[in-house]
Amino acid sequence: MFGKLSLDAIPTHDPIIMIVAVVMGIGAIALLGAITYYRKWGWLWSEWFTTVDHKKLGIMYFIVALVMLIRGFSDAIMMRIQQAMSVAGAEGYLPPDHFDQIFTAHGVIMIFFVAMPMVIGLMNLVVPLQIGARDVAYPFLNNLSFWLFVAGAALVNVSLVIGEFATTGWLAYAPLSGIEYSPGVGVDYWIWALQISGIGTTLTGINFFVTILKMRAPGMTLFRMPIFTWTSLCSNVLIIASFPILTATVALLTLDRYMGMHFFTNDFGGNMMMYVNLIWAWGHPEVYILILPAFGVFSEVVATFSRKRLFGYKTMVWATVCITLLSFIVWLHHFFTMGAGANVNAFFGIMTMIIAIPTGVKVFNWLFTMYRGSLEMSTPMLWTIGFIITFTIGGMTGVMLAVPAANFVLHNSLFVIAHFHNVIIGGVLFGMLAGLIYWFPKAFGFKLDEKWGKRSFWFWLIGFYVAFMPLYVLSFHGAVRRMQSYGPEEWQIWFIVALVGALLIMAGIVCTAIQLYVSIKNRHHPAYVDVSGDPWDGRTLEWSVASPAPHYNFAHLPQIGQIDDFWEMKRQGRVTVNEGPYEPIHMPRNTAAGPIISLFSVVVGFGLVWHIWWLAIVGALGCLVSFLARVFNDDIDYYVPAEEVERTERAHQQRLEEYRKWLEAHPEENPNAQVRMEG
Amino acid sequence: MASESMSQHGDHAHPETHAHHDTGSIKVFGFWVYLMSDLVIFGSLFATYAVLLRGTAGGPSGADIFDLPLILAGTFLLLISSFTYGMAVLAMTAEKVKQLSAWLIVTFLLGAGFIALEIYEFQHLIHEGYGPDRSAFLSAFFTLVGTHGLHVFFGLIWILVVLVQLKTKGLNDMTRPRILCLSLFWHFLDIVWICVFSFVYLMGVL
Repeated sequence: MFGKLSLDAIPTHDPIIMIVAVVMGIGAIALLGAITYYRKWGWLWSEWFTTVDHKKLGIMYFIVALVMLIRGFSDAIMMRIQQAMSVAGAEGYLPPDHFDQIFTAHGVIMIFFVAMPMVIGLMNLVVPLQIGARDVAYPFLNNLSFWLFVAGAALVNVSLVIGEFATTGWLAYAPLSGIEYSPGVGVDYWIWALQISGIGTTLTGINFFVTILKMRAPGMTLFRMPIFTWTSLCSNVLIIASFPILTATVALLTLDRYMGMHFFTNDFGGNMMMYVNLIWAWGHPEVYILILPAFGVFSEVVATFSRKRLFGYKTMVWATVCITLLSFIVWLHHFFTMGAGANVNAFFGIMTMIIAIPTGVKVFNWLFTMYRGSLEMSTPMLWTIGFIITFTIGGMTGVMLAVPAANFVLHNSLFVIAHFHNVIIGGVLFGMLAGLIYWFPKAFGFKLDEKWGKRSFWFWLIGFYVAFMPLYVLSFHGAVRRMQSYGPEEWQIWFIVALVGALLIMAGIVCTAIQLYVSIKNRHHPAYVDVSGDPWDGRTLEWSVASPAPHYNFAHLPQIGQIDDFWEMKRQGRVTVNEGPYEPIHMPRNTAAGPIISLFSVVVGFGLVWHIWWLAIVGALGCLVSFLARVFNDDIDYYVPAEEVERTERAHQQRLEEYRKWLEAHPEENPNAQVRMEG
Repeated sequence: MASESMSQHGDHAHPETHAHHDTGSIKVFGFWVYLMSDLVIFGSLFATYAVLLRGTAGGPSGADIFDLPLILAGTFLLLISSFTYGMAVLAMTAEKVKQLSAWLIVTFLLGAGFIALEIYEFQHLIHEGYGPDRSAFLSAFFTLVGTHGLHVFFGLIWILVVLVQLKTKGLNDMTRPRILCLSLFWHFLDIVWICVFSFVYLMGVL
């Protein structure tokens, strides 16, 4: 009846998990209780859960990502504490099996459920506004993608309390992840969390690829697109081309585990090395899926706060395209030691080094943009400069790893860990935090507090170096990754330093939380509120509309004549008040299909994890029926009446006018916002 | 946030005025892109099959078990179904709904025949003791051919959905792009099958 599921699946023997579960349970009940008490369910459902508005979806991606960041970071702190203790025979406080689950969960959560949703969330928030579109190409699929991602995240969290998570490392190498060596449900949770959220990611890739190619405002040729849009486009190409490989690979592993097949087993003709090849044929493009949009953020930030056009726009675009192509022919550098032979290793080593060239081009573009610009050291700019330095160091350790001979020594050591945190924290995470602060006013209509933002930055930056530089040192002493305990006593001091670094990063996260709190509290204060819609004196189209943007984005679709068209219009005083006449605007209707299908997909996943076949069938039928219900529904769109558009636009114009008068009366209160009302 | 403006009033847009969003051309283009991503899945499975071809683990190889006349019959069913779908699209452009439905039904029957032959082939192999758990080669074979079969199966369901919608809604701006997308899907599966037939069956036997 319940497959492998019984009460024994709840890890009551592990006090740590039970405490976490109780705390999470209390938190969840408090949250749900508060929503019920304030009668917000209807509002949440109709305005948020069922929304097809790309801006709201972007915000929801970020909220879930930040929650999952806390979960993934807790795992990090636990590992750091364990390794600071478990020296010379000491066992620490985490038994090996639990420690293995933690490092697996940490990697899976940080990549799939923190970095990916941040990147996709930012694309959602920004790309349609940057290209002058009113929505994405497939608004319903966009909502569905979000909820499939949430479904995957939910399965990972369920695994904490019911059953266990994989102990295999974040990529679940076979044959360790096969049924023979991992008979429990941990790998199955990993499989279904990745498959369900992966479908959502593939749909997002297709959606934004089509949006960018087909829905740009008139006059916006490809080479007039903002760089963030360019990097998003390339990132989506990578999603479309690489995520199917992940889907196929994980499906093959599933067949091995569920139907006794022999793709990756070490008997009956299976080939476990094929698993490593396949998973990295997806895995390497994946890291560029994450980093390219971060490059885009830095390009926008550096141009805006240097008050200069980005240096070398075309080289930036071509560098991005080169990286996109090259990212598919370097995957073997993840396993030089597997024995592909000297010639193959040499090819992939050289290709890996070559990919540093377009990346270097980008670094110089950012530097030359700043050169002789009038720099404003705002928080996004600090993250950008912190990124350039940190990422360059991480890039150089990457080139070291790309040398096959050196790789044979460094492989599987803490050097690898230090390297990829060097580029993922210093690149992706810094980029996403810079993007969050930069576009926050566009999403919410007020700016984030600068003081706490800067504190957060310094804690993160210093914390990063204190946490990860010791790992480079340790790696030269021979410390490998994923150690639950170790022998040499002289290593302990370095692990303690790394723990201190992790605690500094925690202080950075706390500062971000305070930053959000302070900013929300002061959101009506003149220093925070963004009346103009253009708080940074921006260059691209998203700054030409109100903050937060009306749900239809643009009352009239803009005409684009050049790169940074909005900036040039401001300089020439051609930004005019939009007088109308206004027309009805065609928009998609909200839909409950996304959340419902995804809920059923969680049922499918849970049923399959525990071999409760009837439950899986019920869930699959539920998915099918709710999808068909959507297919047979014709009432999927409507017109925003012209009067409503006019009302919204006039209200914005009136606020602008009042704000301008107020500023004239109180020039001393003028924040750094530069309201431009010429014309 | 803008809660007033998000209230869903205003007239429901009529199908013929689906301007800007989900217009037919954007749908068909997006479906193309989806097919290309699906092709990557098939590419991965073909590569897997090539790697595991010799992993027979003492079991049969392709030459021992492939029943070429049966496969050829299935192949012809699928190829002819591509032709009949083409006729269906011609009927659609001529606005002949009845003819369109008739061709779709013929396509459905041919596709169902293909699936029936495939199920027979699989069932026969498993009965002989050559199931997908016998060897890595057979795992790869069943998975590659089965994934294609699963696609055809979903195509059959899709044909049924289109038939029902033609009955209830007729030809309009909602159903038209769906029929075109299904057409792409059906021909795509045909092309993939030609690769399966050549690389798996022909090269396996030769």
